[in-house]
Amino acid sequence: MAEVFVVANAANKLTYEMLTMARGLGMGDVAVVVLGASGTADSIADNLAEYGATKIYAAEDGVLEEFLVAPKAEVLAKLITEHQPAAVLLPSVQEGKEIAARVAVSLGNGLLTDIVGLTGEGVATQPIFAGSTIVTSRVTKGIPLVTVRPNSLTPSPEAATPERVTVPVEVSDQAKLVAVTDRVTEAKGDRPELTEAGVVVSGGRGVGSAEQFSVIEEFADLLGGAVGASRAATDAGYYPHKFQVGQTGSTVSPQLYLAAGISGAIQHRAGMQTSKTIVAINKDDAAPIFDIADFGVVGDLFKVLPQAAETIKKSRQ
Amino acid sequence: MKIVVLTKQVPDSGLDRSLSADDFTVERASASNVISELDENAIEAAMVLADADPSGVEVTLLTVGPDHALETIRKALSMGPHKAVHVQDDAIAGSCAVTTSAVIAAALGKLEYDLVLCAAESTDGGVGGMAQMLGARLGVAAMSGARKLTVDGNKLTVERQTDDGYETLTATTPAVVSVWDSMNTPRYPSLKGIMAAKRKPVETMSLSDVGLAPEQVGAAGATSAVVSAEPRPARSAGQKVVDEGEGGAQLAQFLASEKFV
Ligand SMILES: Cc1cc2nc3c(=O)[nH]c(=O)nc-3n(C[C@H](O)[C@H](O)[C@H](O)COP(=O)(O)OP(=O)(O)OC[C@H]3O[C@@H](n4cnc5c(N)ncnc54)[C@H](O)[C@@H]3O)c2cc1C
Repeated sequence: MAEVFVVANAANKLTYEMLTMARGLGMGDVAVVVLGASGTADSIADNLAEYGATKIYAAEDGVLEEFLVAPKAEVLAKLITEHQPAAVLLPSVQEGKEIAARVAVSLGNGLLTDIVGLTGEGVATQPIFAGSTIVTSRVTKGIPLVTVRPNSLTPSPEAATPERVTVPVEVSDQAKLVAVTDRVTEAKGDRPELTEAGVVVSGGRGVGSAEQFSVIEEFADLLGGAVGASRAATDAGYYPHKFQVGQTGSTVSPQLYLAAGISGAIQHRAGMQTSKTIVAINKDDAAPIFDIADFGVVGDLFKVLPQAAETIKKSRQ
Repeated sequence: MKIVVLTKQVPDSGLDRSLSADDFTVERASASNVISELDENAIEAAMVLADADPSGVEVTLLTVGPDHALETIRKALSMGPHKAVHVQDDAIAGSCAVTTSAVIAAALGKLEYDLVLCAAESTDGGVGGMAQMLGARLGVAAMSGARKLTVDGNKLTVERQTDDGYETLTATTPAVVSVWDSMNTPRYPSLKGIMAAKRKPVETMSLSDVGLAPEQVGAAGATSAVVSAEPRPARSAGQKVVDEGEGGAQLAQFLASEKFV
């Protein structure tokens, strides 16, 4: 039976979403392709098994980490040529998109990025234009090669016992043109991952300063959520860029999105408008964020948030 | 050093955009067209290098697009690049990103470059793969998503953000580097820049000039196709309260009623 490839080297929610999506296609057995340093596959094998991986292709070699994506793309393209999978799913994050782009070119295959759904017939759903339009598309040359956007579906477990296949890693000199000379992991803290969080509390330019972002952080912590920011807030240095939500930041889709001091520009809405419930606090009664908010408070966030926090704390006592 | 900056004309991402009803290509005729916004960061990055070495750096813009892309080429030139190349051929319309990368790679093959700069993604298609596609096609180094770029002779260093921190990449020219909007703030063209842009050379290249056949591009050469397009059902506004001293308490009440607390 044909296989569906899922490319993953971490056991995170997006990996489980891709495995769930791949199982639902009915195109074939789900085989995970792990491209990483040695030991990567073993460290996540149990998690992959929990979500239905029936095979793990372990391509493990330091060379895959020493250089930027080209070696990974080469190994994956070779695997695809050898095993002719029915479809290939990659994470729609920077690295996944980069690998997919190189594979598409080297195999002359079509590529669809940022998909949120895929059918067994290979028809993918993609939100475009800041999420304002939903298109369905298909690859017309080659197999469905897609990158899957985080929070596209609810992952569901299904136990399997994956067979492990060791993939030899041979990389051309041509793929070693970009060296990764330094990799810095920044402290994560105790908050949930922005793209995985069930609650996101975001602050915008209206927060006014980096110090005052503590108002946003405290409210996020009260609800066990992640902190986000608008581009105006990250550009102004109030909060690190990696927490930016929107067209050129992260796409989030939590149960609750709370926007404080954010006007709701189209590029910001692009990253959050699929949230289940949206709450907005803004001084300006005419702010566009209110057009999409399930609950809006016209007021000063520095009065509204502390009062809400007080009320919540009291009710918990 | 010769730098080529890729720019693309797109419908303004701050306004409503649509696909044409008949062939699902981006509606460009009615849209308010602008330079794909992150391309301005790529132009800025090139101009910073040119400003530092005015006699040693030459900046060329490269655009693939219809006739009216000339408007945004002139606008982009007003930020300072020396000249532009416009690849224009009716057969190219309807190309997908993978096919467009073939056209750009073919055009680059006709130009001289040490460094190609482009945006990490366009604001219309948003595929985000151009730098790597070109790297794979041209067999040169490709680094995407730069927030910092340092050039020292033929040595390039890029710093970019990752999901859990950042990383440093190094390569030598020739190379393609794509940049994020976090890299810089694009300059506003000066009046002098706008005047000068009108006289800067724009060379037009056809498909045959870059060495491709019509069936390799456009809808015929596309590797993917849109099957349907629909506007997302609009979200409607819910309850709105004005804070008259109780706004925070009302918010807490709403959160409690929705079981978030
Ligand atoms: C190509 C491109 C990509 C972009 N990508 C993104 C992106 O990924 N994410 C993003 O967010 N933006 C993005 N933008 C920018 C976007 O257009 C807006 O400029 C940005 O979202 C504005 O952020 P803001 O709402 O925080 O600031 P503003 O628009 O300045 O709004 C601040 C709001 O705070 C309110 N306010 C002020 N003080 C208070 C107070 N004390 N209490 C309550 N409310 C208060 C004001 O009434 C106002 O509505 C992009 C733009 C472009 C061109």
